[in-house]
Amino acid sequence: MDLATFLVQCLNSVQFGLLLFLVASGLTLIFGIMGVINLAHGSFYMIGAYMAYGLAPVVAESVGGGFFATLAFGIVLSVVAGYLLEWAFFSYLYEREHLQQVLMTYGLILVFDELRSIIVGDDVHGVPPPDWLAGSIPLGDLMSYPVYRLFISGVCILLAIGMYFVFTRTRLGMMIRAGSTNREMVQSLGIDIKILYRLVFAAGVALAALAGMIAAPVSSVYPGMGEQVLIICFVVVVIGGIGSVRGALLAALLIGAVDTFGKVLLPSAAGVLVYVLMAAILLWKPAGLFRAG
Amino acid sequence: MEVSRAAVVLSLAALAGLAAYPLVASDFGIDLATKILIYAILALSLELLVGQTGLVCFGQAAFFGIAAYATVRFSPEYDAAAIWWLLPAAVATSAAFALVVGALSLRTRGVYFIMVTLAFSQMAYYVIHDTPIGGGTDGIYLNVPPSVAIGPVSLVDLSDPSQFYYVALAAMTGCFVLLAVVLRSRFGRALAGIRVNEQRMRAAGFPTYPYQLAAFVISGAIAGIAGFLFATKDGFVNPELLSWHLSGAALVMIILGGLGHLRGAVIGAFALSLLEELFQSREFVGGFADHWHLGLGASIIACVALLPRGLIGLPRLLRARLVGARHAGAP
Amino acid sequence: MNATGEVLLAGIGIRRVWGGLVALDDVSIEVRRGEVHALIGTNGAGKSTLVNILAGEIPPSAGTVELLGHDVSAWSQPRRARAGLARSYQRTTIFPEFSVLENCRLCAQAKHPRPWAVWSAAARCETTLAAARRAAARVGLEDQLDRPAGLLSHGGRRQLELGMCLATDPQVLLLDEPLAGMGAEETDRMLALIDELRPGHGILLVEHDMDAVFRIADRITVMVNGQVIASDLPERIRENREVQTAYLGERA
Repeated sequence: MDLATFLVQCLNSVQFGLLLFLVASGLTLIFGIMGVINLAHGSFYMIGAYMAYGLAPVVAESVGGGFFATLAFGIVLSVVAGYLLEWAFFSYLYEREHLQQVLMTYGLILVFDELRSIIVGDDVHGVPPPDWLAGSIPLGDLMSYPVYRLFISGVCILLAIGMYFVFTRTRLGMMIRAGSTNREMVQSLGIDIKILYRLVFAAGVALAALAGMIAAPVSSVYPGMGEQVLIICFVVVVIGGIGSVRGALLAALLIGAVDTFGKVLLPSAAGVLVYVLMAAILLWKPAGLFRAG
Repeated sequence: MEVSRAAVVLSLAALAGLAAYPLVASDFGIDLATKILIYAILALSLELLVGQTGLVCFGQAAFFGIAAYATVRFSPEYDAAAIWWLLPAAVATSAAFALVVGALSLRTRGVYFIMVTLAFSQMAYYVIHDTPIGGGTDGIYLNVPPSVAIGPVSLVDLSDPSQFYYVALAAMTGCFVLLAVVLRSRFGRALAGIRVNEQRMRAAGFPTYPYQLAAFVISGAIAGIAGFLFATKDGFVNPELLSWHLSGAALVMIILGGLGHLRGAVIGAFALSLLEELFQSREFVGGFADHWHLGLGASIIACVALLPRGLIGLPRLLRARLVGARHAGAP
Repeated sequence: MNATGEVLLAGIGIRRVWGGLVALDDVSIEVRRGEVHALIGTNGAGKSTLVNILAGEIPPSAGTVELLGHDVSAWSQPRRARAGLARSYQRTTIFPEFSVLENCRLCAQAKHPRPWAVWSAAARCETTLAAARRAAARVGLEDQLDRPAGLLSHGGRRQLELGMCLATDPQVLLLDEPLAGMGAEETDRMLALIDELRPGHGILLVEHDMDAVFRIADRITVMVNGQVIASDLPERIRENREVQTAYLGERA
């Protein structure tokens, strides 16, 4: 592999890893703070992608807006949807055993998949990136790299910084972190833990949907995308340590690298590598690389 | 837990019904029932792990699919293999995989355990799906079903659906009885103790790891029996036999039927399969038959939410409701 | 009460460090046959950690554990249990869904496991049943054998917890706050039980109930902040200045 190709693959792996992190961060938050295994998290990613496809013309017609307007609409919609979903369904899962959570959210995947099938069908769609992000920039003399992929990485990095800021510097973040380790104490401080959980859940949904929306131009929009990303996200969360956002970031980048370079160097084994990695790490550190933090 | 006399009588009656079924059923009915019996064996294997030992394994499909593929791979291309070596070989393959997966997975606990078993199952799926071992993403064929013969005398013709049905029924009954005996033994009681309170078992002097690993291997072997039957029934296997959807379906079966009871696994297999058929049949749901996952998903959610003890707990639930209603309705 | 029985269990120079925190610092303790040795101390003194190390649940950072003359520092908890070391837990760890008899029988089975004998039903195993009935009788539960353990009173559960320890015919008993949550009558009963068990066993008793401790103990070890500050006969402990200030308050 020459230097230019290597560089391109590095950038690809970082972009993939960051996107994975975006989805996985929502998963690990919900996991770590509310103790819920949510198999349907991948569905939110898929819904986000289909939203990017379906909302764009609507937004263009009604408000005359473009790409960012669609994103904004999508984020608002997902926050609202996440809020309602938590209230109507997920709040009942907190007290249940893991097995029941697994099964109920598995049923939810089936429901979401079919609703999507009924509403928008099963076709694969391409979503074009906005014109001003559609070009490539040159890397050295020989290769160029799509601007849009850099944009994806940029958005993810910004969100990661934002999350870090919220968690460590704001009262809300402090409440969230406290709520994960000591429910009763947070409640006795007069903070309504139910609303807190609802907000965290809505944020998790929005992160996944946003990831789907910005990934759509790169990965295209197809029915099975939710499941694919879900399983890899579980690997990210488990390797990174349940509840640890920092761990999720590092694990996602690691998996991004293994998956991207794996596909290039060992295409027939690529699918397996990520799981081999997970098994190896878990055997070395059964609680993931990082504890919640 | 003790089994009531009513349960035994009902079980025997159900067995008799199943034995008589081919006499009245259509070809489609026999085919469906055979498939359900095979899934019942898979569900029983998972019940041993989840319901009895307390290990929530999300990778049961791997043991099922590996044995199915082994059955096809080990069989000669145009001859019938003898079942006397083919079945043990297929079962041994999945048991060996279960040994490795168990040995490594049991180092983790709780949610991590669920995820590691899922990961190992996905590994197997991708090996079968992507590498030459699996023979391709579309699946491979078993051209000739194994022979069941002693010397020149053929005992059973596995290509005859009715005879295959009885073989499947016998296998399921055999697995059921075997598990019932094992669970009543000292080994089985130790598994139950480990499920309820592993720490107390260790404090009493039980090394818990070997017990759990043994349960894993037995479970993998029984799932392997199901895989063998599946491969020989239709003569076709594809990578989807190892998909996590099948693992999920198996979990749904044992919860739907009732966790902690062997009968629950069988009941759940029947209930889920019939539910799937229901939601796919146009007579009942009309146009929605194409979107049968919707009804299925909603049913799974409703079942887990409303029937925490599964269908086996339904009589008790109804009785409690009726008793409560009687008290509430008194003037 | 002069305890001259042989040393059954000994922790020698036990040290346990968590990250930067020293939980136990050069702690030594002996449990002799025929002796009730009480371990007292303030919260966070390290008593639970010491018991866990002696039982084999966590390894020491330094030091050795000897059981019946053997160095068992590297032995797992199940192995030590089979060698004659039983422990009860502060939080009751019975099997609520099984009967009282089955609770004891299952523990007794650890000594007679025979896991390969899958054809023989456990419920008909005379060896373990007999051991279970003996243990249940010793703790006064012989008329509740068929009761689901979850339906026992709190005192009954603590009795069962002790009974499960006895089902394995141990020589050493590590009892972690067996009197927790008990009223006066139940406490008396439990203390009488422990008194009956004294001959033939070595008992390490972790307790907060000072009256009970001074009633029953042959020897008292006092721990503060991970260190042993005194280990002596009860009368002398009562007079010990250091112990008074650190732990007993104004009892003197």
